[in-house]
Amino acid sequence: MLEIKGLMADLQDEDKTILKGVDLNIGAGEVHAIMGPNGSGKSTLSYILSGKDGYEVTGGSATLDGDDLLDMEPEERAAAGLFLAFQYPVEIPGVGNMTFLRTAVNAQRKARGEDELSAGDFLKIVRAKAKDLQIDADMLKRPVNVGFSGGEKKRNEILQMAMLEPKMCILDETDSGLDVDAMKLVAEGVNALRSAGRSFLVITHYQRLLDHIKPDVVHIMADGRIIKTGGPELALEVENNGYADLLAEVV
Amino acid sequence: MAVAKLKSDATEARLAGLTLPAGLDTARKDALSRLIATGLPHKRDEYWKYTDPASLTQADAPQAALFHNDEGPMFDAIDRVKIVFVDGVFDADASDDLAADGVTITRLSDVADADIHWATELYGTLEARGQTPVERPLAALNSAFASDGVLIHATGKASKPINLIYLHGDTGSDVMLHSLVKVDVGAEVTLLETGPAAARFNSVLEVDVASKGAFHHVRSQGRDHERRAVTHCFARIADEALFKSFTLTVNGKLTRNECIIEMLGDDAVAHVAGACVGDGNDFHHDDTVFITHDALNGESRQVFKKVLRNGAVGVFQGKILVKAGAQKTDGYQISQSLLLDEDSQFLAKPELEIYADDVACSHGSTSGAIDEDALFYLQSRGVPRQAATDLLTLAFLAESLEEIADEALADDLRERLEGWMARRG
Repeated sequence: MLEIKGLMADLQDEDKTILKGVDLNIGAGEVHAIMGPNGSGKSTLSYILSGKDGYEVTGGSATLDGDDLLDMEPEERAAAGLFLAFQYPVEIPGVGNMTFLRTAVNAQRKARGEDELSAGDFLKIVRAKAKDLQIDADMLKRPVNVGFSGGEKKRNEILQMAMLEPKMCILDETDSGLDVDAMKLVAEGVNALRSAGRSFLVITHYQRLLDHIKPDVVHIMADGRIIKTGGPELALEVENNGYADLLAEVV
Repeated sequence: MAVAKLKSDATEARLAGLTLPAGLDTARKDALSRLIATGLPHKRDEYWKYTDPASLTQADAPQAALFHNDEGPMFDAIDRVKIVFVDGVFDADASDDLAADGVTITRLSDVADADIHWATELYGTLEARGQTPVERPLAALNSAFASDGVLIHATGKASKPINLIYLHGDTGSDVMLHSLVKVDVGAEVTLLETGPAAARFNSVLEVDVASKGAFHHVRSQGRDHERRAVTHCFARIADEALFKSFTLTVNGKLTRNECIIEMLGDDAVAHVAGACVGDGNDFHHDDTVFITHDALNGESRQVFKKVLRNGAVGVFQGKILVKAGAQKTDGYQISQSLLLDEDSQFLAKPELEIYADDVACSHGSTSGAIDEDALFYLQSRGVPRQAATDLLTLAFLAESLEEIADEALADDLRERLEGWMARRG
């Protein structure tokens, strides 16, 4: 599904190399987790995959089902099935959450040559999915993420994911700022979306999230590279011993 | 040459071809005296520093090409009394009967024949009051020479809005219209103004709202790219009365909208708002607002939003004057521009002048580019960059559109804005 080969990238304005050759291969239906210390390049990887400005790819490739992601506009990547759940979801005053969701869903349908959803159909679907995530009618009416608590913002990300039905989901520190109950709720939302045709890349600092979203593969990222890959037990090792031992092994 | 001499020469040249229309003789002569005393405005005048009035004061109106489009008329789905002026000339065939429950409607040009006492009293009165402390000579010019207009007297709750429709058919038309609105105690009326009106349009609206009365004003200025307009709204608001005015401006070479409000009764409410979308270096838009609080517990709001690109210029001059004794005044003023590129310009002059010691007044003025983080967020959800920009632009304008009390009117404006943006690319 997602194939990343030797991906290298600089931060444009600061002339600083962040990714130094990332290799990653995620098959259909798989859940991969990336852990790593602060500044290792995890979030940058998610931004580059989704097409944020400010980075320059200096080498390597990233493809989604064989299509060159790096060659596409962010909206084209979304229509191709890529979704990034933001670590810090953006507040958009003046745009109602419902309007935002419908605009996004219909823009993707249009890009794929499908008919737009009618207002009635859309409403039915969004209400059902919002209910599962305990998102009330008021949250749907309010401007996007404005005045939302940390937990509400993250649940809103998962709602968008549920509505857009992407095939490759990247979750960038979705557990940050969440209490235990909120994390469980978000994890349940994610688990409900797991399917044979949908893959996940879960970026996190803590093993705790991986108790709820069970990964098939765990990668450790440090200094712009993936330095170790293993099973779920690798996450436990990090939890118990920190990153120091792993980093020492590589050096 | 001294500015005073320049101004008196320009005034003389402007007046050379004009004669005072019949009716309201005293009021017209008084207005002419006011104009001659001050002279027409000049860019050296303090309140014309950011907007050069030359094309508004020169003897002949500059030509303005007509804007052809296949859009339906504004507010067409709304049941309203349509009063049509083509280049300032009343079009009886295109207009409805000038009648609705709760309101009497007369044309200004009929006032000479009919003895309309309130109109004779009001005409030019609020305009004259509004000449201090800041001169508004183009309004005095209008009071002296306006060829027509509409007199609206709300005696109860008007059964439907009154829509002045200003069509533009002559590329050189130079039009002055003057309308009056009198809202009786507890009465309520909505006035809609739509269309470009002329190559050069000068309008004055005097609004007198009595105790517990309500006046709603929603205006969409025509989209002719080359038209010029200077509009004035003078309002006097009594206790517990409500005044709300919203203006949408898209296109036009030069637009100056002045709004001068006196809050003379306790617990009065006045909201003035504007949304403006300007594209190109021949777009210049100016909102000049002056609100005077002269009673207890008054609430005023000024909400002005401008979206500018490709060298467009926006100006905001807004003042809140709180007189001694106008305690518990709540004055709010916000003027913001969204600059879509580095060529566009926003000039803002917010002013507060407060002589009471127990008031809450706030003002803010900002200029900014589109929020790149919000843009990326939308794109990452599949919304193409242009559509995302439009969505954020409409969101930016939303606060001003929210000032329109009637949802159906607001929705019509919103839908049109969306359409215009989608088409302009």
